[in-house]
Amino acid sequence: MSEQEKKNSVLDKLSSRRTFIKNSGLTVGGVVLGGALGSLLIKDEKSTTTTTETQKHATTPAANPNVALMFFTPNQYQVTQAAVERIFPEDANGPGAKELNAAVYIDHQLAGPWGSNVKDYRLGAFYKAEENQGPQIKILRKDLFLAGLDSLDKYSNKQFEVNFKELEAAQQDEVLLAFSEGKVELYGKVSSAQFFSLLRTLTIEGVYADPMYGGNNEMVGWSMRKYPGSRMQYVTEIQDEKFIELEPQSLNSHMGH
Amino acid sequence: MVAKLPKVPVVVVGMGWAGGIVSAELTKAGISVVGLERGKDRTTADYTMGHDELRYQHRQELMQDLSKETVTYRNTVSGKALPMRHYGTFIVGDGVGGAGSHWNGQTYRFLPYDFEIRSKTIERYGIEKIPAWMEGLNDWGITYDEMEPYYDTFEKMAGISGETVELWGKRTNPYPTPPLVKTPLMKEFEKAATSFGYKPFVIPAANLSEAYTNPDGISRGACQYCAYCENFGCEYGAKGDPAVTVIPVAKQTGKLDLRTHSNVLELTKSGGKVNGVIYVDMLTGEKFEQPADVVVVASYVFNNSRLLLNSGIGTPYDPNTGKGTIGKNYCYQVTSGSSQLFFEDREFNLYGGAGALGMEIAEYMGDNFDHTDLDFIHGAGIRSTQYGDRPIAVNRVPAGTPTWGAEFKEKSIKYANSNFPVKTQGASLPHKENYLDLDPEFKDEFGYPLLRMTYEYTDNDRAMGKYMSAITRKFAEEIGADIIDTNEEQGPFNVNKDSNTHNTGGVIMGTDPEKSALNTYLQMWEAENVFVLGSSAFPHNSSFNPTGTLGALSYRAAEGIQKYLKEGGLLVKA
Repeated sequence: MSEQEKKNSVLDKLSSRRTFIKNSGLTVGGVVLGGALGSLLIKDEKSTTTTTETQKHATTPAANPNVALMFFTPNQYQVTQAAVERIFPEDANGPGAKELNAAVYIDHQLAGPWGSNVKDYRLGAFYKAEENQGPQIKILRKDLFLAGLDSLDKYSNKQFEVNFKELEAAQQDEVLLAFSEGKVELYGKVSSAQFFSLLRTLTIEGVYADPMYGGNNEMVGWSMRKYPGSRMQYVTEIQDEKFIELEPQSLNSHMGH
Repeated sequence: MVAKLPKVPVVVVGMGWAGGIVSAELTKAGISVVGLERGKDRTTADYTMGHDELRYQHRQELMQDLSKETVTYRNTVSGKALPMRHYGTFIVGDGVGGAGSHWNGQTYRFLPYDFEIRSKTIERYGIEKIPAWMEGLNDWGITYDEMEPYYDTFEKMAGISGETVELWGKRTNPYPTPPLVKTPLMKEFEKAATSFGYKPFVIPAANLSEAYTNPDGISRGACQYCAYCENFGCEYGAKGDPAVTVIPVAKQTGKLDLRTHSNVLELTKSGGKVNGVIYVDMLTGEKFEQPADVVVVASYVFNNSRLLLNSGIGTPYDPNTGKGTIGKNYCYQVTSGSSQLFFEDREFNLYGGAGALGMEIAEYMGDNFDHTDLDFIHGAGIRSTQYGDRPIAVNRVPAGTPTWGAEFKEKSIKYANSNFPVKTQGASLPHKENYLDLDPEFKDEFGYPLLRMTYEYTDNDRAMGKYMSAITRKFAEEIGADIIDTNEEQGPFNVNKDSNTHNTGGVIMGTDPEKSALNTYLQMWEAENVFVLGSSAFPHNSSFNPTGTLGALSYRAAEGIQKYLKEGGLLVKA
């Protein structure tokens, strides 16, 4: 598929999503008292169905202000894009992690408190752990990730004499497999498997987390697996023998409640 | 510098289910209570953006901040324990509501067999059925019939939805609300169970099946099957949560002085009595001493043991001699033996669900089946549940599929709505060397030792898991999945992988002060004005989620505390 064809296929998907008939179908089984949604539901005392219009309809997609870097250099961003695409590649189901902006998501996550492990226990000595005691490494996620990106290029150059992002897909897979098996020197005593595990976790999150975090571009991560996002209720659907595909909604649709 | 505050009748440490129930009951009776909660206050407004899988499930928004305190773990008494540096297995709740805010809502009673497990096992199979390492297995000191009214009270307060199960203890009243709906996958389980002659039932749920007003006058709406229960708070208030039930009731009396961000560091004592607690304001670092006539320790399982050990209250358990009680009989939950079903041409609406939505059978629970020729005692629930499959957390693929790359993507999308498990939830019985104590090296942010957990699955667990795996396999074959993966072996415990928060024991109840820390009012034998509430009081864990029994015992403790305030002394003679 050429670059242009790829773009068209995604645009088709997005446009069919936009024309999907929206019916948030907020059917409530009982009167909800005291809930966070009370104000919304109580407005309409007798009726049990409320329809909300949640998506803005734009004829041309506006530039996505989320696509900007708060942590990576442009090169680090590109290596990340190449790596996430191999974890979750484009296929007949739809776009891969690169087009879903997983690398943007990763940039934003590593820039924030999670990238600096602020809610992890970091006191005391770091000993070598048994496998069933969980990771005992002092390096912060943001530094582990950067060390991993460096290492991807070093290892690729050693094996194939080019940088990671310039390798063929099959060669990239070979490199990532070596990383996942802990076979590559990373940084000090830190295993390349630790980096791979972080990369894998962040890629899946970047594909499927709410789009407000910068990934899951246009919710296509969700629509590929027919996941409706964060709708408020599934009272009817859950009892239905047939599968019911619903247009995804993001947390943005909960604003104003 | 510690500021000393005026003495109060009762101080409660931790405002989850146990602390919330006691606070509601005491304040309704006109007794003033100071409630100390290390986290923040919460209402349903906090959950408006609750359908955020990343924030709540993968960044643990409702859980304790491990940078301040964690547990250390080793799998044998000779190993070196290391800290759980980030969440992998247990998730420990934080803030008003505690674990009662982020739980799934599966609400069971323990079996009559559980409360008299030692006597009934010996009666049917002889003493040799209990191996030497399981010597800590004991009757609870209370029977199911004595527990029944407390279960009834808890279920009415929380509005539990369910149907009567014949193979369980007798109920005086039906469940306050009817069971949740049956989904197509639950019907598949039901059909298979019925074909084998079992009597399947809908799992009892704190996710309300219909609008309900409880005896305290609290009204809540019905569950919307939105699929955000475990790890999440309920924006509808449809899930039973202390923050929408007992806490508002206690607040309304005007008798509850709720102090949030207040982390209790230790209990102070003189002689055989406790004077009160010392706590720190987590926002400012200011320290306070709060004297009280009665101290109710109602934090999470781990911290209940830790607070007592760090305060020198009660006798620490020693696994070498079997003497001492604090830290004894730590138990968990055994969930091996499940079968995973994959379908080529069936899709289920798996994006919807509820934390307690599922069907189960009771035929392999407790002593409902003959163990004469089996090398284990107790049993498991066999069940299929529909919690709602969230896409970051749930990517089930057939065994042998790579964890990344083209094949992973293809299979994880192909089966995203075409799979479900037949699972087990099994009992966990005490092992002499599974226990809790203080870590000799690692400290919390204030310099107090962390709690050290020494735990490994037992021979009983492994034998039971294997036995149950044949049953889940039988279900899967009857249902007729295209691919069935059965997990036959219980591997070693992994603090970063096993995913269950049903921790129990450490400050257990019983009839003998040599063998238990508490009497059946959860009053400490060694400090009569201290009551220690929570699943820490369970002498073993049954094949059920612990909250129903925790709630029932909290109502009993509330009764005991009122009696103690009037009469003093030990409420049960040793």
